[in-house]
Amino acid sequence: MTETTIPTSATAPAGQTGVSGMALERIRENVSEPPPTEKIGALRWLRRNLFNSPINSALTVIFLALLAYWGVAFFEWGILNAVWYTKDSNVCREATGACWAVIAEKHRPMLFGLYPYDEHWRLVIALVVYLGTVCVTLAPPFWKKYILVPMWIVSLAVVGTLLWGGVFGLKYVDATDWGGLPLTMVLFTGTLLFGFPIAILLALGRRSRLPAVKAISVTLIESMRGVPLITILFVAVNVFPLFLPEGMDINKMLRVVIGMAIFFACYQAEVIRGGLQAIPRGQYEAAEALGLGYWRMTYKIILPQALRICLPGIVNHIIAAFKNTSFVLIIGLFDILTATTSVMQDPLWRRFFVEAYLFVALVYFVFCFALSKYSHQVERWLNEGRRF
Amino acid sequence: MAVADLPRKSNTSVLNSLAFRGVVYQILLAAAVLFAGWYLYYNANTNLERQGIATGFSFLNEAAGFGIGESPVPYDSADSYGRALVVGILNTLHVAIVGIVLATILGVVMGIARVSSNWLISKLASAYVEACRNVPVVLHVIFWASIIRNLPSPRQAFSPFEGVFITNRGLTYPIPVGNPVYPWMGLALLIGIVGAIVLAKWAGRRRELTGRYFPTFWPGLGLVLGLPLIVWLAGGAPLEWSVPALRGFNYRGGASMTPEFVALLVGITVYTGAYIAEIVRAGIQSVPHGQVEAARAIGLRPGLVMRFVILPQALRVIVPPTTSQYLSLTKNSSLGVLIGYPDLVNVGNTTLNQTGQAVEAIAIMMVVYLSISLTISLFMNVYNRLVAIKER
Repeated sequence: MTETTIPTSATAPAGQTGVSGMALERIRENVSEPPPTEKIGALRWLRRNLFNSPINSALTVIFLALLAYWGVAFFEWGILNAVWYTKDSNVCREATGACWAVIAEKHRPMLFGLYPYDEHWRLVIALVVYLGTVCVTLAPPFWKKYILVPMWIVSLAVVGTLLWGGVFGLKYVDATDWGGLPLTMVLFTGTLLFGFPIAILLALGRRSRLPAVKAISVTLIESMRGVPLITILFVAVNVFPLFLPEGMDINKMLRVVIGMAIFFACYQAEVIRGGLQAIPRGQYEAAEALGLGYWRMTYKIILPQALRICLPGIVNHIIAAFKNTSFVLIIGLFDILTATTSVMQDPLWRRFFVEAYLFVALVYFVFCFALSKYSHQVERWLNEGRRF
Repeated sequence: MAVADLPRKSNTSVLNSLAFRGVVYQILLAAAVLFAGWYLYYNANTNLERQGIATGFSFLNEAAGFGIGESPVPYDSADSYGRALVVGILNTLHVAIVGIVLATILGVVMGIARVSSNWLISKLASAYVEACRNVPVVLHVIFWASIIRNLPSPRQAFSPFEGVFITNRGLTYPIPVGNPVYPWMGLALLIGIVGAIVLAKWAGRRRELTGRYFPTFWPGLGLVLGLPLIVWLAGGAPLEWSVPALRGFNYRGGASMTPEFVALLVGITVYTGAYIAEIVRAGIQSVPHGQVEAARAIGLRPGLVMRFVILPQALRVIVPPTTSQYLSLTKNSSLGVLIGYPDLVNVGNTTLNQTGQAVEAIAIMMVVYLSISLTISLFMNVYNRLVAIKER
């Protein structure tokens, strides 16, 4: 608005309540503008946010002092006295600061594990393809079945070809030699791929009218949620082969992925059940009145709404599934964490484990933090124009 | 006439009725589950027979033959597998209970700090929450275990307080030397707690009957802390500390925690604390500000606003998710197997490797964890019922 003389309704003085019709028009136009932002000076900000009471002032001073002390110490350790690049671990040993050179020296076994050294470029391409697909999936304009499904099929085929090889002149690499970040991604993707359908079935089963279906779902969900993931992995590795008929064998990684998928599904099922419970009865009744059968009603009417409601919870468990891939350290699959711990057995470099673990922690942090920020954003998109 | 003459529609047949179909589906499902169970059982039996692995739980009475680093009950390698597993269970409970207490304290402090009006403190708290929540708990535990393994030996110990030593042998700290007065102080504490509860009940009833307020906090605190203090003073105020001192390569005196215990404890506490902080923050923010304003408007003092208005409403939001965090902390304590803390999974894993009876060993672990989980949820459900909305 160019004219500033028109008072907005909130600030209108008592004498000016009778506004003319034209002014009213302008006020209505004004509504679409954002409220004026409050600008405060740096001093006011300090007083309001750091020194608003004697106790807060004291706390601020104490924590500023601690922060300065630790900040300087970290700066000296991590930047000033750090060794950034060297091939010789003795250089690091003599330095008083961090040895980031350990990452430069060891990043390939850390990121790619036991995979043949000369074939690492394949993993780099596979990671780029995979992450690109994930990024595209996360963007709302591409949320269409005819884009996402073919894209994922192609992407997984490309990644699988690159990882396994054996065709197009690529050297064959057995799944037991996979490692590092690509293995983490494989475990993560496998968990979600197998886990989501199971989760939805379990959630529906738990809400089923049929007592036998309900009982089986409840038993599975509750017993899985009551035991640690480690025991599930032990079952997958040690016990499951015993249950197969003689001569039949399932790849260890596949067993582990299915174990983690069932574990993930049981937690996810509870989240989805929450969403299902929030759907009003009228939706079911309306769907039945239209003559939809159970599966069509569930697929077309109930699930889209239920999944939307519990989306934050779903993303939380997806993040948890990503972090849970690190449990394979216990059963000796070479994900990024296992690869790092085994690299840290190297007597020349093992004293610089803090730097190496900080690097791995950063990798996990970037993925998880980005996902959780993204989930907040999606919530905002979905809630635009509606209130649950 | 026309209605009666219409041909019967086929969809009224029994084959199309929902109830009949439901029964059929359920019978099919149950049959599938039973068949799968039988098939797996049959395969397992033939496989075990072929490999010559014994079945059943008789191995529990055989001598274990392995030592356990730390144990709350006497144990040596000549004891049975059964006893070794009991030691494992006790160690799991030990680290889980201490972890739950510490994680709750850490989480509540950080959660309150996150909603602090002090910008610096709330930012520091959210930095802690984001940094710890987004890194796997496995990495936490491995990281702390490596840190402790690489600490200086007792000769160059790091000592943050007088008498407390942090070394690669774990944490060593002073404890008071046992004295006959201490059990009596414990009794006095118990009496004090009972007295405080009785006082609070009486004050509450009086307030409801007469509307007059009787202070319970300070008198209650006086009862709980004062009675043991009086007993202590009456007993001649005995206070002799057993301070750890370096003898040879290790410490004598005081008490200590093993490095594995400390690493596991710090790892799972820091990780779970971040989650509890988020829960506490959400709980506090879930109470609408109007509630606080209304409470102040009817003349409640800030302390009473917190006690009668904010906390009861915030706890309703906080308790259920905190329960699942306690459960997940207990289950994450199984990561002891990674760093050599002799918890249930670690002992069970050794048993599995020695006897080869994988099914039984893992079944024991799962049953124990299930019982622990069910017990914790039972207690928390009771507590939840106490803080839930009372519909009048």
